[in-house]
Amino acid sequence: MSERVAVRKTYKLFIGGKFPRSESGRSYIVQSGGEETANVALASRKDARDAVVAARAAVKGWAGATAYNRGQILYRVAEMLEGRRDQFIALGASADEVDAAIDRWVWYAGWSDKLPQVYGGANPVAGPYFNLSAPEPTGVVAVVAPEAPALLGLVSVIAPAIVTGNTVVVAASPAAPLAAVALAEVLATSDLPGGVVNILTGRLSDTVPTLAAHMDVNAIDLTGVTDADLAAELEVKAAENLKRVLRPAPVGHDWFADPGVTRMTVLLETKTVWHPKGV
Amino acid sequence: MFEYAPAPESRSVVDIKPSYGLFVDGTFVDPVDGGSFKSINPASEEVLAEIAEAGNEDVDRAVRAARKAYEKVWGPMPGRDRAKYLFRIARLIQERSRELAVLESLDNGKPIKESRDVDVPLVAAHFFYYAGWADKLPYAGFGPDPKPLGVAAQVIPWNFPLLMLAWKIAPALAAGNTVVLKPAETTPLTALLFAEICQQADLPAGVVNIVTGAGDTGRALVEHPGVDKVAFTGSTEVGKAIARAVAGTRKKLTLELGGKAANIVFDDAPVDQAVEGIVNGIFFNQGHVCCAGSRLLVQESVADRVLESLKRRMAQLRVGDPLDKNTDIGAINSAAQLAKIRELSEVGAAEGAERWSPACELPDRGFWFAPTIFTGVTQAHRIAREEIFGPVLSVLTFRTPAEAVEKANNTPYGLSAGIWTDKGSRILWLADRLRAGVVWANTFNKFDPTSPFGGYKESGYGREGGRHGLEAYLNV
Repeated sequence: MSERVAVRKTYKLFIGGKFPRSESGRSYIVQSGGEETANVALASRKDARDAVVAARAAVKGWAGATAYNRGQILYRVAEMLEGRRDQFIALGASADEVDAAIDRWVWYAGWSDKLPQVYGGANPVAGPYFNLSAPEPTGVVAVVAPEAPALLGLVSVIAPAIVTGNTVVVAASPAAPLAAVALAEVLATSDLPGGVVNILTGRLSDTVPTLAAHMDVNAIDLTGVTDADLAAELEVKAAENLKRVLRPAPVGHDWFADPGVTRMTVLLETKTVWHPKGV
Repeated sequence: MFEYAPAPESRSVVDIKPSYGLFVDGTFVDPVDGGSFKSINPASEEVLAEIAEAGNEDVDRAVRAARKAYEKVWGPMPGRDRAKYLFRIARLIQERSRELAVLESLDNGKPIKESRDVDVPLVAAHFFYYAGWADKLPYAGFGPDPKPLGVAAQVIPWNFPLLMLAWKIAPALAAGNTVVLKPAETTPLTALLFAEICQQADLPAGVVNIVTGAGDTGRALVEHPGVDKVAFTGSTEVGKAIARAVAGTRKKLTLELGGKAANIVFDDAPVDQAVEGIVNGIFFNQGHVCCAGSRLLVQESVADRVLESLKRRMAQLRVGDPLDKNTDIGAINSAAQLAKIRELSEVGAAEGAERWSPACELPDRGFWFAPTIFTGVTQAHRIAREEIFGPVLSVLTFRTPAEAVEKANNTPYGLSAGIWTDKGSRILWLADRLRAGVVWANTFNKFDPTSPFGGYKESGYGREGGRHGLEAYLNV
């Protein structure tokens, strides 16, 4: 009996909850564990703009969802990822990394209804006024994912952005696109509304400058940018509409360490509401 | 309108020197290249003092002084001692409040009742508030041992000169940073008096440095490689230039920029209260307020009633001598600002909006602009989109709450908004949907040191005031 012919996977982009090819029709070849090769979509500037449109369309529903609901969905992502441990290990992640990535979803899931309490609150103003500050998502966030660790790095930049109600367009590391597409498959089966996370594979030079200059993007996370000149250039582009900027991660950043809250808070706005007290 | 006898505040309480040097490393020094400029009273165009203009070398000296003070004195000092210096400064501000208020009104043109009752009390309160944080930083929610950034470069505007100084310096010092601050070139005097207060408080040399000058001085300060933090309040245009200038550096940046706030009045709002809020929203401080309610969105069904009442109220506003205790609206801060207000107002009329001002006698000398409203304004008009930064209100109408939200958010700015309605659930519904950092419901233009202030979108990033205000000056 002949050996079974394997069904290979097509790796595509993840935009608006769907898996389209690049509109440009381009792809590039990467090793997909073992001997196999995979054709990965080479996203274009147009794909980046389409992803921003999808991310913007998702803001209202996602930012408007209850914190409880967002927390449940992030926890669901952890559940789905747990079920696919072996798949990510086959793609080259260590078991420790996959476990840490799963645990990180759980950690962030719990923040959804706590951050507003920790980061906001009543202000004791000197007058007869009710005064309350609460964080709100800034909107659409462009994210440059770190190259390594591919899965944990990706989760560590996506989860803190979306748990508070932002939507993201992620430029996956060109060297590690398969974990990104596999994660997209996890997200697509986790009750996450389409467009909350959009993932572009391909060259950073094709998509990231477009995202940095895009006037409908509210913030940019440059974590995965390793070239200092490119980071500066992107920050200059981001200034055009005063995007909130998270600068590149320092060399040797420990992705397994406690991430703290900065990755969430830098992508939040604080809104303060006043109202007089009286009868 | 009632006739009032003049009730001028005496200016003899303040002693203005003929000239001022730069405040560097605890003393007043002459600039290296000797440049200077004049600060004038915008209500009379009289020269108040000759002010040193800091060049690159002066800025460098100030940054070095701040660095030395950070490393040798202020950084290592226990928080409880930093706190005591800040409490001292707060007390001195209270004790010298009349002097500060008169000087602020002279240099800025704002009515004495505002500098006396709003600006200076808030300045003292701000120092009191942040003084208490200096030895409690581990409890601020930024980790067990949050660290200062180092030397902060701070550039502030002319609309609330001393208050903006307080918003910048108090949190920076509380968190353990040292500062080099550049006041606006048209309003440097209260910052220089503040420097004297620092001397009086025996604040260690170099912790606070004040460099006076215009845009070039500010640029030299912001771009100085020895600076760890940049904080700017001013126009969105300059804010963007600063964001580009610090790109690729380690400098942490916070920006508090322009605004075009919607003040939304519903048909169930008490008209008299709403009108007071509208007047306070746009005519407070001559409209030189980044969070001014410069777009009135009034529900169509009550637009006529509200406008009639607003015009009646505007006719009561007293424009004139800033030092007169009865003055409601003082002088426009500078000839340049007056020209800008005039230009945009002319554009408003040319684009088809209907212009109205009450009959109002303006002084012969100085810079003055009568309180003005434009009706029949559409969202396409420049006066509905651009920040005028003067006593000019654009009036638009809406029918449904959804339309009000749509129009209110239809701007690249997002600093503040106002809501006037008797219905609580509607206030909260709107407050959720307005993309603005401060939402005043049934009130407007209220400020407090405990209350975070700052914008969404192109109104900048970061917050000043409250626990949030510390974050801008901590390495978190």
